[in-house]
Amino acid sequence: MLGKLSWSAIPFDQPIPLIAGAVVVLLMLGALALVLAKGWMPYLWKEWITSVDHKRLGIMYVLLGLLMLLRGFIDAIMMRAQQAVAYHAQGYLPPEHYNQVFSAHGTIMVLFAAMPLVIGLMNFVVPLQLGVRDVAFPTLNSVSFWLTATGALLVNISLVVGEFARTGWLPYPPLSELRYSPGVGVDYYLWAVQISGIGTLLTGINFVTTILKIRAPGMTYMRMPMFSWTALASCLLILAAFPVLTATLAMLTLDRYLGFHFFTNEAGGNAMMFMNLIWAWGHPEVYILVLPAFGIYSEVISTFSGKPLFGYRSMVAATLFICVVSFMTWLHHFFTMGAGGDVNAAFGISTSIIAVGTGVKIYNWLFTMYGGRIRFTTPMLWSMGFLTTFITGGLTGVLLAVPPADFILHNSMFLVAHFHHVIVAGVVFALLAGIEFWWPKAFGYRLHEGWGKATFWFSIVGFYVTFMPMYVVGILGMTRRLQHYDVAEWHWWLQISSVGVLILIVAAGCQVAQLLVSYIRREELKDITGDPWNGRTLEWVTTSPPPVYNFAVLPQVIDTEYYWELKQRAFEQARLSEEPKYEAIEMPRNSPTGFVCAFFATIIGFALIWHIWWLMIVGLIGAYATFVVFAWRDVPEYMIPADEVAQQDRARRAARQHILNTGEVAWQ
Amino acid sequence: MIFIRRVGRRVLPCFCVLAAGLLPSLAQADSILEPVGPVGKGDALIMMDALVIMLAIVIPTMIATLGFAWWYRASNTRAVYRPDFTYSGKIELVVWSIPTLTIFFLGGVIWIGSHTLDPFTPIPSAAKPLEIEAVSFDWKWLFIYPEQNVATVNQLVVPVGRPLHFRITSASVFNVFFVPRLGSMIYAMNGMVSQLNLRADKPGKYLGFSAHFSGDGFPDMRFDPVAVPAAQFANWANGVKGAQLDRNALGQLLKQSRAVKPYAYRGVDPALFDAIAARRVAPGEGPEGGRGGAEGRNVMPHGGAP
Amino acid sequence: MSTADSTITIADPFRLGHRGPNLARGHGGGGPATKRVVVGYGFWLFLLTDIIIFACLFASYAVLAQATAGGPTAKQIFDTDRVAWETACLLASSFCCGLATIAVAKRDQFLTQLALLATGLTGLAFILLESSEFAALNAQGYGPSRSAFLTGFFTLVGCHGVHVTAGLLWLGTMMAQFYAKGFRPDIGRRFLCFSMFWHFLDVVWVAIFSLVYLVGTRL
Ligand code: HEM
Ligand SMILES: [Cu+2]
Ligand SMILES: [Cu+2]
Repeated sequence: MLGKLSWSAIPFDQPIPLIAGAVVVLLMLGALALVLAKGWMPYLWKEWITSVDHKRLGIMYVLLGLLMLLRGFIDAIMMRAQQAVAYHAQGYLPPEHYNQVFSAHGTIMVLFAAMPLVIGLMNFVVPLQLGVRDVAFPTLNSVSFWLTATGALLVNISLVVGEFARTGWLPYPPLSELRYSPGVGVDYYLWAVQISGIGTLLTGINFVTTILKIRAPGMTYMRMPMFSWTALASCLLILAAFPVLTATLAMLTLDRYLGFHFFTNEAGGNAMMFMNLIWAWGHPEVYILVLPAFGIYSEVISTFSGKPLFGYRSMVAATLFICVVSFMTWLHHFFTMGAGGDVNAAFGISTSIIAVGTGVKIYNWLFTMYGGRIRFTTPMLWSMGFLTTFITGGLTGVLLAVPPADFILHNSMFLVAHFHHVIVAGVVFALLAGIEFWWPKAFGYRLHEGWGKATFWFSIVGFYVTFMPMYVVGILGMTRRLQHYDVAEWHWWLQISSVGVLILIVAAGCQVAQLLVSYIRREELKDITGDPWNGRTLEWVTTSPPPVYNFAVLPQVIDTEYYWELKQRAFEQARLSEEPKYEAIEMPRNSPTGFVCAFFATIIGFALIWHIWWLMIVGLIGAYATFVVFAWRDVPEYMIPADEVAQQDRARRAARQHILNTGEVAWQ
Repeated sequence: MIFIRRVGRRVLPCFCVLAAGLLPSLAQADSILEPVGPVGKGDALIMMDALVIMLAIVIPTMIATLGFAWWYRASNTRAVYRPDFTYSGKIELVVWSIPTLTIFFLGGVIWIGSHTLDPFTPIPSAAKPLEIEAVSFDWKWLFIYPEQNVATVNQLVVPVGRPLHFRITSASVFNVFFVPRLGSMIYAMNGMVSQLNLRADKPGKYLGFSAHFSGDGFPDMRFDPVAVPAAQFANWANGVKGAQLDRNALGQLLKQSRAVKPYAYRGVDPALFDAIAARRVAPGEGPEGGRGGAEGRNVMPHGGAP
Repeated sequence: MSTADSTITIADPFRLGHRGPNLARGHGGGGPATKRVVVGYGFWLFLLTDIIIFACLFASYAVLAQATAGGPTAKQIFDTDRVAWETACLLASSFCCGLATIAVAKRDQFLTQLALLATGLTGLAFILLESSEFAALNAQGYGPSRSAFLTGFFTLVGCHGVHVTAGLLWLGTMMAQFYAKGFRPDIGRRFLCFSMFWHFLDVVWVAIFSLVYLVGTRL
């Protein structure tokens, strides 16, 4: 009846996950009780859960990403604590548990923290920057989000029901095959990543269509803001790379569930094929993350330098260059499998060629600052932290791309330090900068600068103290994923690294404090103008937060940095442009499709993990029925009357007029 | 300029102290920067070359970043605000060509290094290499010395100065054979044979382990190699005592075990290594079952295994 | 996305890098494209991603094709006659789907339903033939667990079969929608997607037919 599921699935013998799980469950129940008691449920259901508004979905993505970032960070703390004490000792985590922790950490950080944050910001910002009202397929967008949430939920269920994979963030066979991993851990991994991966694939389709086909009149490619360009590049990579992930995971799934032999040691299976396939997705994946991050830095640096982005066209070219070349480098993840001099050299060179594109970007950011008038707000500080740190990360990356150097550095702590240099300082810093930068647009008030700066400084110091020692132990020969060790020289470096994590904990505390303080003081930090930073792109035209329809009339773009031009003209002439003619606006209706669909996806995933076949069939039927119901609806849109639009837009114009009259601007 | 000087005065000393503290510690016992053989030396040399090439552009870029940011801060009234400076053909040219040239140069290093240091390439030497066959199991290493007709578990003894030729495979999951101070690591993969050529030029005991995660017993897959003078090696090989390494003994090795103390075999089935590499040996059973796995083992088909 | 139908004419001296009429909707400066274009384009992108999935399966089949592990080789098990019939069914189905497109354009309910029914029946025939092939192989002990070659074969061909099956389900839903809701624009757009999907499956089948069956029996 319940497949493999029984009471033995709950780790009663392991207090750590059990207590953690219990706390999370209690918190969730508490939150639910509060929502029900306060009668917030209808509001949540109508305004958020069933919302197909790209802004709402973007915010929910970011919330999910932040929560998972916290979960992944807790795993990281556990690992650092373990390695600080596991010298000549077993530490406090047995291998069965430690191996789950690093696997969950990697999976969660890349797929359920960084990805939702990147996609969330894309969701919120891209339609605004393109001057349109929503994405190409709003309901699909909601399906994507909820499928991602399903994946995250499954990973977290594995904490208390069963186990998570013990195979690393990429489940290399044969270790991940049934013979060597008979538990449900790998199955949790497979279904969680598969389901959320499909969500991501749909996002890719949605955004490529949006950016290529739905832009404000006059928004030619060469007028698109840099973040939109990088979002396009990232989504093109999603389109090309995520199907490979889907196929690869499906193959491993067939091996595990139906006794197929893609990657097994028996019957002619070929595990090497998995390495090639997974990295054909995996390497582009890191660029899926880092390209939008580059976009965020471009916006932030240009805004706070008070200058347009230097060498815009060069930047676009470099982005597309990286996009293409990132598909030709995957073999650098296994130089040490002995492919031979020619192959290794070719992939080594192709890998380092990517650094050309990245280098160009760094120089263009430098020259954006050159001749600027730089305001060191928190987003700008993150960007500065990025610029200086990422250069080191790139340097060590290119070092790893030199095959003979990789022969002694592969899989070492040096490698771990490298990719954290690029992922943390490249992607995570960008996401925090982006959240800070667009927060006023989303919620109508700015975040508290003092706490933001504290977060930045603790983060950057903590970052260096945590990761620099890893380079050192890597050079001292330490390999990654060690649950215990007995080499004296490593011990105290690893302890320093753990001190770094303590500093990072303080940083995380400051970040939380910043959100709380800003919320409490939101009246004081209010953004009345809709343009709190003296911005340059179209998202700053509209109010903060924007109305559902974003723009009362679609902007008619006639220049690069059109909004900036418009603003300058308004200041020069001390008046706004003519009031436009307002028309009724048609907007997509909310739909529970995404949520219901994800509900069934969760059921299907859980049933498959535990081999509860009847439940799986129930889930499949439910999912199909959801689509049919969706297909049957007659009125997919609703109209916002012209009066209402006019009234709201006049209020916006009045606020702008007030600035013109008084010269009171938030950014001075 | 004041800024630069200030950096010079404050940061440089700090940096020097840090570097002075760091460098000796990097040259410690098992550092890859203290190689004891030609391969390790070659790897480390290429790595340092690449590092220097890149530092040549990275350091100026870092300084420029901090310098620009500092000088063009909004409060600096002496800095000229040039909001229209958004494109310059000359700068773009330089900006594309600096990284390109660097990578061009580095590409040469990569090409040459990848070929001369390919692990499959024998080390030029008058002496005939010592043949060693290495097999990774869950979770220990087996080393077969076919010429000496002995085998060891989790213990590698090699003669100083004589080239070593390893043939490496795995009887279960992937592992990596790595001795940091000897240089290049390489994967041990089921159904495949990797080759690795190394040489130890100094007697001593070094760190040796698996550098690819392979499951719960992975941290204890240590085989700290001992390099001894040739005569001593011959003595050792002659003196090794132990059971016969045949299919029976293999069955024992295939069972999962952790933190195995080193021991040896005398008398080795010469076809054993190739049989493992060609998957003619039935694989060992995996773990007892993870959470939610015990029943799964019986339910799931394992068809087709010969 | 609601698409405001404002036609605009902006003379644009700064236009960069775009040749030709730049102001068509959905291109360069023309504002959002029409829904039909957007939906068609999005689905087309989806098909591209599906092609990549099939490309991975083709690649893995190619890698594993020789790994017969003592089991049968391609030559020994492929029955070209049956495959020829399967191909005929699928091509006929695609043809009927084309007829349905014409009927939909004419807004003829009866012909639409008839053509779609024919599409479905020929598709079903394909699935039945394929299932009988799979069942026969399984009965001989040549299931997908027998060897890596058979794993690759069953997965590639089976994945196409699953696509066709899902397509049949979609087809039934499509017929019901035409019947219940008539020729509404949104249903028309869905049908556009369906017909793209169906023809796409034909193209994939041609690749399977030539690269798996023809190459397999010749070599
Ligand atoms: C500056 C350009 C970069 C270069 C040249 C580079 C190069 C490399 C190389 C050669 C490896 C393989 C090392 C080995 O396995 O021995 C590697 C691993 C890795 N890189 Fe990068 N990388 C770059 C940027 C990035 C970025 C931007 C990210 C993420 C946002 C990233 C994330 C990773 C990850 C996660 C791994 C670990 C793979 C594993 O699990 O073994 N890298 N990188
Ligand atoms: Cu291999
Ligand atoms: Cu890569």
